[in-house]
Amino acid sequence: MFKIEQSEWLAPKVRRLVVQAPRVARRHEPGHFVIVRVCDGGERIPLTIADSDAEAGTITLVVQVVGATTEKLCALEAGGAMENVVGPLGRPTEIEEFGHAILVGGGVGTAVIYPQAAALKKSGNKVTAIFGGRSKEYVIFEKELAVHCDAVHPCTDDGSYGYHGFVTGKLKELLESCGDIGAVLTAGPVPMMRAVAEVTRPFGVKTIASLNPIMVDGTGMCGGCRVTVGSDMKFACVDGPEFDAHAVDFGELTDRLTTYRDQEALAWNRLNGCTPDPAKGESGCKLRESEEAAANQ
Amino acid sequence: MLKPSERMKIQRQPMPEQDAQKRACNFEEVNCGYAADAASTEAQRCLQCKDAKCIGGCPVGVKIADFAEAIARDDLAAAADILFADNVLPGITGRVCPQETQCEAVCVRSKKGTPVGIGYLERYVADWARENRKDLFEPPNPTGKRVAVVGAGPGGLTCAGELAKHGHAVTVFEALHVAGGVLVYGIPEFRLPKDIVRAEVETLKARGVEIVTDVVIGQTYTIDELMKEEGFDAIFVANGAGLPVFQGIPGENLKGVYSANEFLTRVNLMGAYQFGQTDTPVIDASQIVVVGGGNTAMDAVRTSRRLGADPATLVYRRSREEMPARVEEVNHAEEEGVVFRMLCSPVEVLGDDNGWVRAVRCIKMELGEPDDSGRRRPVPIPDSEFEVPCQVFIEAIGTQANPLLTQTTPGLKTNKWGNIVVDENNMTSIPGVFAGGDIVRGGATVILAMGDGKNSAVSMHEYLMKSDGNGKASG
Ligand SMILES: Cc1cc2nc3c(=O)[nH]c(=O)nc-3n(C[C@H](O)[C@H](O)[C@H](O)COP(=O)(O)OP(=O)(O)OC[C@H]3O[C@@H](n4cnc5c(N)ncnc54)[C@H](O)[C@@H]3O)c2cc1C
Ligand SMILES: Cc1cc2nc3c(=O)[nH]c(=O)nc-3n(C[C@H](O)[C@H](O)[C@H](O)COP(=O)(O)OP(=O)(O)OC[C@H]3O[C@@H](n4cnc5c(N)ncnc54)[C@H](O)[C@@H]3O)c2cc1C
Ligand code: SF4
Ligand code: SF4
Ligand code: FES
Repeated sequence: MFKIEQSEWLAPKVRRLVVQAPRVARRHEPGHFVIVRVCDGGERIPLTIADSDAEAGTITLVVQVVGATTEKLCALEAGGAMENVVGPLGRPTEIEEFGHAILVGGGVGTAVIYPQAAALKKSGNKVTAIFGGRSKEYVIFEKELAVHCDAVHPCTDDGSYGYHGFVTGKLKELLESCGDIGAVLTAGPVPMMRAVAEVTRPFGVKTIASLNPIMVDGTGMCGGCRVTVGSDMKFACVDGPEFDAHAVDFGELTDRLTTYRDQEALAWNRLNGCTPDPAKGESGCKLRESEEAAANQ
Repeated sequence: MLKPSERMKIQRQPMPEQDAQKRACNFEEVNCGYAADAASTEAQRCLQCKDAKCIGGCPVGVKIADFAEAIARDDLAAAADILFADNVLPGITGRVCPQETQCEAVCVRSKKGTPVGIGYLERYVADWARENRKDLFEPPNPTGKRVAVVGAGPGGLTCAGELAKHGHAVTVFEALHVAGGVLVYGIPEFRLPKDIVRAEVETLKARGVEIVTDVVIGQTYTIDELMKEEGFDAIFVANGAGLPVFQGIPGENLKGVYSANEFLTRVNLMGAYQFGQTDTPVIDASQIVVVGGGNTAMDAVRTSRRLGADPATLVYRRSREEMPARVEEVNHAEEEGVVFRMLCSPVEVLGDDNGWVRAVRCIKMELGEPDDSGRRRPVPIPDSEFEVPCQVFIEAIGTQANPLLTQTTPGLKTNKWGNIVVDENNMTSIPGVFAGGDIVRGGATVILAMGDGKNSAVSMHEYLMKSDGNGKASG
């Protein structure tokens, strides 16, 4: 069992968990992830390691509730425990001397870019972070990022805080105004990463995306996490999860992520004791329906 | 004592099975095991040959005639002692060994009629022992040596058990959340109940073997760290051959295409067949096609059948005789209503407008000249393509060595397929690091992995006892 040391909400449906996992903590590098199982009978899900403290033997996870497993995970309080945590998995971020590196994070992806920012700064890069959310309350990790970055640009879709607009808007501004950008690293929802790749492509700037396909074992054994990069089939858990964003087939990734939509909806409804009413046009996951309704407001 | 001629008259005792119709809808074990009288009758069929060929057919040299003789005189305790002396996991091998190509293939009785049911007898004794036999293990004097085993599959578990017998402190590191390797994530419940694997693992723990799950060697620790920082004196690597191969045909990334590993892991290890009580889903499909001809393909297609696929179709490019799967599994699959489409091969997976699999396009094959393996090479017949409708398509065409560990272990010699190279003592190019099972052999069998574990333990014991306190071989 892996004990939860701290647990707190950072934003609506986004929780920060500090977990005892000394073996993982001692080897964590930016870009690494873990696979966790909340309880017996539970699913194995991948989560990026947002931070670690080798001395205390802890790792930090930042989790967004999107379905049944993440909901169970976010219900854990300090003093509780998770059944399994395995890692660190994946290849670490290649920290090079890019000159000026821009990190673009969306949603919980902001937590992914945090350790990257620290490492890039440490190896002598100028580091800028662009990150955001729907509105002010969704902006996370600003203080933490500011410690390691030369500039931070929080963005909100509704303009309630920082730059008014999508992260890609801010990114484009910077690409046009600074001539020294050596690399862009991005993590977040697939549509955002895809858009980032399209923004940087005409500038010919190296762009690395941290992909989040469905995973099971995380050790290269199942092939469920396969993604197409250029003309190659790659297993994201062992070959990635970071790849050249200009070569990734984002369309395929987006589509494959919907594979279990029906079952996921069932699981979430079951967990929350709600039965969709087809008469009212409710077909699937109440959580997602309420999210979509909120997004459309 | 029966005379040989009397023994020769006894017919092979059939294995009682769950009814085919019924079992095609459940995950309970297909074979029910011998009753006591059937077991002793079958044991009497053994001719007690002086030059018992059967032993040579068994990779771990089980003393078959001796344990059969003990069963025949109803001394199961003695039978168990004989069996366990050579085979630490008989409840498993009795169920999954390809006996027809190993021990039973060379039994003299197979020359005229049917061989002794060695696997069935082995299983019978092992099951009796699990219920009735106390572990007679006497804790040996500790040697003060520490050994790390990488991977808790049959190879690693066997090696761990043997080393513990010598008094070495053994820690098994396993990447997944449970021990067992392919025995728990690949081979389905209806062929090998997981309780049996669990019981075997518990026995090892009771003998002092420490099993640490959730550790990936190569990621959590490197081999070098295990030796230098964690203070292990020797290491046995048995991380299996778990990297699925895809055919490389168009449409493989459509929703509904699985490797057999993923499909079986979801269903067996993660319990997707009980989705609702468990959280891991598997795609719902009314028609499933599996490609391949080995045990993995057979497990995948029979599992598909149990999840409700009708038809569950097996596509194989040669003919039924060439299928590498165990004969018993092929027959069971057929009885359960699996549809066999021999001599054809998938060329494309076809999708619908929403990115879901809707069919597999196959081409018919004919057998040409024998290839390197001595089997006749399948050759495509031009213009013979046809479609098989399905919503899930499962590829079970083989695995490769997983590079995770080898990549992070400088100095570890591998061959061109990525398999670890070992010497006649199962030692790798790194002193003190031994290896066995599928990572050395490529996809092989449970008993061969166990044989490697056992032989490696012998070499490792020797190595450890002649090395000084720092684990370095002295002189
Ligand atoms: C390398 C990697 C790092 C990740 N890091 C984080 C992180 O730091 N914080 C975070 O909140 N999320 C992260 N994710 C995504 C996270 O794993 C999924 O949100 C989670 O699995 C959803 O599970 P669920 O049961 O709650 O939701 P479900 O209802 O099962 O699914 C919701 C969506 O999540 C995706 N998903 C479902 N199962 C899996 C799975 N086993 N593996 C991957 N995706 C899945 C699907 O696209 C699905 O549509 C990461 C994913 C990957 C691959
Ligand atoms: C579906 C299927 C059916 C089969 N049916 C039969 C059969 O009927 N009869 C038969 O004899 N054989 C059968 N086989 C083959 C047989 O299972 C294998 O040959 C055997 O399991 C190999 O044993 P092993 O110990 O080498 O490796 P495995 O059983 O593969 O175990 C390796 C273990 O190491 C772990 N691991 C991997 N990498 C690491 C790492 N870096 N760090 C820590 N742990 C790691 C894995 O998670 C796994 O648990 C079948 C195989 C499959 C896939
Ligand atoms: S271990 Fe396998 S090969 Fe050996 S006797 Fe038993 S069933 Fe036969
Ligand atoms: S070869 Fe057959 S008959 Fe002879 S001892 Fe072995 S099992 Fe018995
Ligand atoms: S998650 Fe199974 S191979 Fe990557």
